[in-house]
Amino acid sequence: MKNYHTKIISNQEISPGYFRMKVLAPDFGEKAHAGQFVMFRVQRSLPPLLRRPFGVFQTGFLPADCDGLPSKEFVEIVYKVVGSGTSIMAELHEGDKVELLGPLGNGFDTTTGPGEKILVGGGIGLVPLYMLAGELIANGCNVRLLMGGRTRDDIFAVTEFERLGVETHISTDDGSLGEEGLVTLVLERKLQKYPAAEVFSCGPMPMLSAVNDICTAHQTPLQVSLEESMACGVGACLGCVVKGAGHTEENPSYLCSCKVGPVFKSQYLDWSALKRNDDTLPGSEENCGGCS
Amino acid sequence: MNELHKKTAKRPNIAVEIAGIKLRNPVMPASGTFGYGEEYAPFLDLEKIGAIVTKGLSLKPKAGNATPRIAETTSGMLNAIGLQNVGIDAFIEHKMPFLRTVNTPVIANFFGNTLEEYGEVAKRLNDIPEIAAGELNISCPNVKQGGIVFGTDPKAASEVVTLVRKNLQKPLIVKLTPNVTDITVVARAVEEAGADAIACINTLTGMSVDIHTRKPRIANRTGGLSGPAIRPVAVRMVHQVVQTVSVPVIGVGGIMCAMDALEFLIVGAQAVQVGTANFVDPAAMLTIIDGIEAFCIDEGIGDIGELIGSLRV
Ligand SMILES: Cc1cc2nc3c(=O)[nH]c(=O)nc-3n(C[C@H](O)[C@H](O)[C@H](O)COP(=O)(O)OP(=O)(O)OC[C@H]3O[C@@H](n4cnc5c(N)ncnc54)[C@H](O)[C@@H]3O)c2cc1C
Ligand SMILES: Cc1cc2nc3c(=O)[nH]c(=O)nc-3n(C[C@H](O)[C@H](O)[C@H](O)COP(=O)(O)O)c2cc1C
Ligand code: FES
Repeated sequence: MKNYHTKIISNQEISPGYFRMKVLAPDFGEKAHAGQFVMFRVQRSLPPLLRRPFGVFQTGFLPADCDGLPSKEFVEIVYKVVGSGTSIMAELHEGDKVELLGPLGNGFDTTTGPGEKILVGGGIGLVPLYMLAGELIANGCNVRLLMGGRTRDDIFAVTEFERLGVETHISTDDGSLGEEGLVTLVLERKLQKYPAAEVFSCGPMPMLSAVNDICTAHQTPLQVSLEESMACGVGACLGCVVKGAGHTEENPSYLCSCKVGPVFKSQYLDWSALKRNDDTLPGSEENCGGCS
Repeated sequence: MNELHKKTAKRPNIAVEIAGIKLRNPVMPASGTFGYGEEYAPFLDLEKIGAIVTKGLSLKPKAGNATPRIAETTSGMLNAIGLQNVGIDAFIEHKMPFLRTVNTPVIANFFGNTLEEYGEVAKRLNDIPEIAAGELNISCPNVKQGGIVFGTDPKAASEVVTLVRKNLQKPLIVKLTPNVTDITVVARAVEEAGADAIACINTLTGMSVDIHTRKPRIANRTGGLSGPAIRPVAVRMVHQVVQTVSVPVIGVGGIMCAMDALEFLIVGAQAVQVGTANFVDPAAMLTIIDGIEAFCIDEGIGDIGELIGSLRV
C-alpha cells in the first residue's frame, strides 16, 4: 500500500448519480485483491477534511500509446453521489490531481475452492464484486451474480460482469429492470437449487442482514463487505470498529473494519448489533470529557 | 529565494530538547492518531520525525466505546474512541519489538481509570528501557470519584501528577485538557506537582446531531473535537501556558501544515504534535518538517531556538 499522488484519467457519469473514475496508479494491480479499498482525498484544500473510502472496482492497463511508451496502469472506482465529498468528486476532470491511499484492508477469501458461488450486490455494493467475480472465475468457480437496486439506475456494469462469464440476475424494487422485488427472494431460490453454494455480499445493511439470515438458515458460508465510517483507513484511529461475534459488555470484542475487514466471514460478526443499527444510543461509558 | 540558493543555503538546526530528550526536529504525532507507529511505517520514514507518540495505554486492555465513534464536522472531526488500547502488557509484547527497531525516541501516552491505575502504569513503563518519556493523559474521568475528569480539577490533577512523578523514572510530559475555564490554573498545578513538560491541548468536547434521525452522530453522544477547527483555541491556550510555566510546552491542536506548526513555535511551544492531519495525509509530518526548515532558511534563521517564543506583542 502506498499514497499515490496521481491524476484522473476519466470520470464519467454512467447512470444518474453514479460515476466511474479511473485514476493512474502504477503497480497498484499486482498488490490489490478483490474487496480491498482506497482512501480518496477529494481535494487539497478543505473541506471535506477526511478522505473517503471506496472499493476497488478493477485495476488494469490503458491501451499502449502509439509512441512506444509503456502502457499506463490504472485503478477504477465507482461511486454514488451522496454528500459533500462525492459531489465534489463528480466535478473532477481528466488530468485533475488527486491522492489515493491503497490498496487497503482485507478483501474476500477466494481460496475456498471451486464450486458454486453466489454473489449478492445491492446498488453501489456491486463495486467489490467485479474483481471478486474475476478471481473466482479464474479459480474455476461457477459464479452467479444477483444484482439488486431500487430502480434500473442502481444497476451498472451488467455486460462487463457477463463478459467475465458470470450468470447475472437483476431485481429492482420498482420492476423497472429485471424481476420486481427484493434480491433476497432470488437468493432463497438459488440456494434451493445450489445448496452447496458459498455466498459473498455487499450492499446496504438491511440487505446484508437479510442475506445473513437466509445463509444462516441454509447453513451456507457467507462473506460480507461492510461500510463503516473511517478516518485513517490504516488501523490507527480505531474509529471504524464493528462488534465481533460474542461481544458482551463484560467481554467486549471490537474488530477494526479497515484492517481486519472490510470483508468479514459472517460468523465472526455480532449481527444483532449490526442489525439494530441503533448503536447511536446514549453513551454507556462514563461521560468522556473529550479524552478520545 | 530561488531553488539554487535554497539548496546551497546552510541547513538550519531544527533539533530541540524537551525534558532531556533530544529530538532531531520538533514534530511528532499526537497520541491516538498514529496507532503504535507501525501502522504508518509504509507511508513515511519514522526516522525522519522527532518522536513517536503511542496510543494511550492503560493497565488492562480497553475495548472502547460503542459505534459510531467518529463523525466529520466543519473543518474537524468528533471522536469518542473510548481509549481502546491493547493494554501495557500486550504493548510490551507485541508493539515494542517493532518500535525497538526504529531509531527515534518513543513517548508512551498513558492513562488510568483511578489514581492507583495511573500509578501502576507509570511503574510498568520503567520496565521498558527504550521508552524515552511518558505522556500522561489527564483528560480522563476518575471512576472512583464520580467521574470527575482529573485534568479539570487542579487538585485531582496535582494528585495524579505527584503520584506518577514518584513512580516514573523517566521524563514526564503531562497532557492537558482544554475543557476548563482557565488552563493556566491546571498548568501551574501540574508544574508544581513535578511535570517536566506540558503538552496541550487534548480534544475539545463537542456534539453533533443527525437532523434526519435526530440522533447524536456518535454513540457516546459527546466526543472530542480535533482538526483545524480547534487550532486558534489551541494556539491561545499554548500561549497562555507558556506565559505561566517555565517547563517546556508541546503545542497540539489542528496543525495541518508548516505554517500552522510555526504559529505554535512562535508563541513559545518547543515542539508540536500532529494529529488529525495524519488521517488526511499520512506523510503530513514530513511536509511540515520540510516546511519549517524552508521557513528558517527564508527568514535567515540558523537555529530554531531563535524562532521559539519570538512572538512580538
Ligand atoms: C470500505 C468501504 C468501501 C466503500 N466503497 C464504496 C464504493 O465503492 N462506492 C461508493 O459510492 N461508496 C463506497 N463507500 C461509501 C462511501 O465511502 C461514502 O458514500 C462516502 O464516504 C460519502 O462521502 P460524502 O462526503 O459524499 O458524504 P457525506 O455524508 O458528506 O460524508 C460525511 C462522512 O460520512 C462518511 N460516510 C458517509 N456515508 C458513508 C458510508 N455509506 N459508508 C462509510 N462512510 C460514510 C464519509 O466518509 C464522511 O466521513 C464505501 C465505504 C467503505 C467504508
Ligand atoms: C481518533 C483520535 C484518538 C485520540 N486518542 C488519544 C489518546 O489515546 N490519548 C490522548 O492523550 N489523546 C488522544 N487524542 C487527542 C490527540 O492526541 C490531540 O490532542 C487532538 O486530536 C488535537 O490535535 P489535532 O487537532 O492535531 O488532531 C486522540 C485524537 C483523535 C482524533
Ligand atoms: S479507519 Fe482508522 S482504524 Fe479503521
